[in-house]
Amino acid sequence: MRTPISYFVALSAILFAIGTVGVLVRKNALVIFMSVELQLNAVNLALVAFSRMHGNLNGQVLAFFSMVVAAAEVVVGLAIIVNVYRRLHSANVDDASLLRW
Amino acid sequence: MAPDHIVFWVFAPISVGSAVAVLVQRNAVHSALFLIVNFFTLAVFYLVLGAPFLFAVQIIVYAGAIMVLFLFVIMLLGVDRDESLVERLRGQRPMAILLGLGLAAEVFVTVRASIGLARGPADFDQVVNEGGNAEALSRVLFRDYFLPFEVTSILLIVAAVAAMVLAQQRERARTRAEAEAFQVAGPGGGVPT
Repeated sequence: MRTPISYFVALSAILFAIGTVGVLVRKNALVIFMSVELQLNAVNLALVAFSRMHGNLNGQVLAFFSMVVAAAEVVVGLAIIVNVYRRLHSANVDDASLLRW
Repeated sequence: MAPDHIVFWVFAPISVGSAVAVLVQRNAVHSALFLIVNFFTLAVFYLVLGAPFLFAVQIIVYAGAIMVLFLFVIMLLGVDRDESLVERLRGQRPMAILLGLGLAAEVFVTVRASIGLARGPADFDQVVNEGGNAEALSRVLFRDYFLPFEVTSILLIVAAVAAMVLAQQRERARTRAEAEAFQVAGPGGGVPT
C-alpha cells in the first residue's frame, strides 16, 4: 500500500468535523443521530488506519468494539426518540425543552 | 500511481460529498440514504487498509441492520414533516460551521506534526493478517480482549432490554383507561387497581 496513513486520518477528521457540524446545526433528532453515527464511523476509520500504521490488529479490534457499542447506542437512542415523539408529537429537539428554565 | 491511491482518490470525494449531503438534505429519508453511501465508502477504505472482516461487518451491521432501523423509525414518525428553520440561538449555524472547520484544521495540524507521511509496514497482509484477517482478528480478540468481549455481550443484552422497556406503553395506556372509567362511572366509581 503506497497511500500514506495520514490521508486516511485526515479524511476521518473531515468526516468527524462534518458530523460535529451536523449535530450542532440540525434540529431533527433523527438527523442529529445520523450525524453521531457519522462521527462514530470517522473514529472507526482512524482506528483501522492506525492499526495499519502500527502493524498490529489492536486498532481493528477496537473498531469492532466501537461498532458493537454503536449498535447498542442506536437501539436505545431510537427507542428514546420514539418515546419523546409519543409525548410531544415532534422529533424536533427544540420542542423537548421541559427542563429549560 | 498505485491502485490503492486511485481507490482513495475516487472514494474520498464520494465519502465527503455524501457526508455533506446527509447534512444539507431537508428530508430525513434522503439523509439516511446518503448515510448508507457514506458507510459503503468507509467499507471500501477498510478493505484498502487490510481489514476485510471489518469491511464485511460494516456492510452487514451498519449499511444493513442499523440503517434499516433508522429508516424504520423515520417511517414510524412520519416522513413528510419538514424541519423548522427557526433558530433558537442567533448565529448558531455560522458558528457551528466555523467551529467544525476549526476542529478539522486542528486535527490536520496534529496529524501532520505527529505521523507525517508514514506508511506502515509493507508486509501487513503477510505478517499481521497471517492465515486471513478474520482468523488473525479472532486470535487477538479471544486472547487479549476476551474480558471486554464478554462484557460486550452484557451490554447488548442490557440494550435489548432497555429498548423493550422504553418501547412499551403500559403506564400511559392504564392511565387513559382509568380516565375513561372515571368519566363513565363518575367521581368515586373508578376501577379498582
